[in-house]
Amino acid sequence: MFDWTTMGVVFALIGAVLAALMGGIGSAIGVGMTGQAAAGVVTEDPSKFGKVLILQLLPGTQGIYGLLIGFVTLTQIGVLGGDANMSLAKGLLYFAACLPMAIVGMVSAKWQAKASVASISLVAKKPDQFGKSMIFPAMVETYAVLALLISILAITSIGGLQV
Amino acid sequence: MTEEYIYAVARVRSKELGLLNRQDVDQLMACRSYEECLRTLSDKGWGTGESSSAEAILAAEEEKTWAFIHELTEDLTPFQVLLFPTDYNNLKAAIKAVITGVEPQDVFLPGGSIDPEVMLRCVREGDFSALPESMAQAADSAYHTLLQTQDGQLCDVILDRACLLDVLNCGRESKNDILRDYAELTCAVSNIKVAVRACKTGKNRAFLEAALAPCATLNADSLAAAACKSLDDLFAYLAATPYSEAAGRLKESYSAFEKWCDDKVMDLVKSQKMNPFTVGPLFAYVIARRNEISTVRIILSGKLNELDDGMIRERLRDMYV
Repeated sequence: MFDWTTMGVVFALIGAVLAALMGGIGSAIGVGMTGQAAAGVVTEDPSKFGKVLILQLLPGTQGIYGLLIGFVTLTQIGVLGGDANMSLAKGLLYFAACLPMAIVGMVSAKWQAKASVASISLVAKKPDQFGKSMIFPAMVETYAVLALLISILAITSIGGLQV
Repeated sequence: MTEEYIYAVARVRSKELGLLNRQDVDQLMACRSYEECLRTLSDKGWGTGESSSAEAILAAEEEKTWAFIHELTEDLTPFQVLLFPTDYNNLKAAIKAVITGVEPQDVFLPGGSIDPEVMLRCVREGDFSALPESMAQAADSAYHTLLQTQDGQLCDVILDRACLLDVLNCGRESKNDILRDYAELTCAVSNIKVAVRACKTGKNRAFLEAALAPCATLNADSLAAAACKSLDDLFAYLAATPYSEAAGRLKESYSAFEKWCDDKVMDLVKSQKMNPFTVGPLFAYVIARRNEISTVRIILSGKLNELDDGMIRERLRDMYV
């Protein structure tokens, strides 16, 4: 007879993996898109390399946030040392706690990349507007940071719950 | 896929910095002579450095534009709306050269999507299977019409109409708004030009029906009916269409109408300055380059013929940047 109560750690691990995986996928797509735009600008004007490199890297942060959530979750659930036994309810809570970062990370990385590509076009034509061009993709970052915050708060609080 | 043009659009954005703007046009206008204009253009990097004649400089610039587009994308299908007129022009030249038995010399335009030699061979052998299907049908019909009637104008009408239909189809199939709108505008404007000329030369309804291509924004039947009556009727019909401004410009002068046509295209493609994806900005860049070449040609012709600055200025097109 299959015992569901032993599956807590499995769900918790799936949550950690999804946070790292989806954030990473989003960032890989995003940085790839912005990389193409950056290469296009540098082909015509190599002096803009520094500016477009920063804009290229902006959608890369979601991958880092995902990694951070994954790492914190692994530490909390005892996979990286300690006791990995937990109830099914607790495992599901960890799983749910990882979802904001996983989903928002992937979606925001792609949309941030689109904003970055547009900003790279802006820098190509008006390099003196670099400061303003950074703000547009940075606005999308807000929501990735909010997702990171809620995931972190949830993951670090679950350990103290009696479930 | 909107994302396949990201690299290309970024390069186009950088290239747009080199387009002539209003200040550059004013600088050219301020040149005291034709030679000074050529020197100014040369200083801006126009031409190959070796070419000194205006035509050579302008041809070199057109060539540079297409070389750049070829570098950006291997698939020129979206640009067919711009290439069809050149191809059909070369096809006309090939058919007329073969039927009149004249060896074609300097009659083919460069930059088409089909090698003029292929067209010449097709016409000589009477086998048009090497051409795209719609073009082959039109070529076959135009060839036999010219052979039987010796009417060059009828041959031109068949090929011009086929060209417009191909442009329209290409625009519709592209699933890109800017290409579809450009094709529609090109077709409508060509229909207006045909109707005005036919009206002025007293052509009959049958000629107009054979020459006008059906498009979404102009009713070819109503246009033909109006053109058969009088210019005033034609202008009255146009006033009730999205091309109402055209009537006013035509009343002013034909050159004012042509400037309006070019400016309308420019207004259409200017929206692409805000689009970082899709093939639209590449298409807009080619239009912008053609527009500036056309503007420079007007200035050079004016300077060469020592026309009054005011006369040149009223013909100058809106610039993309």
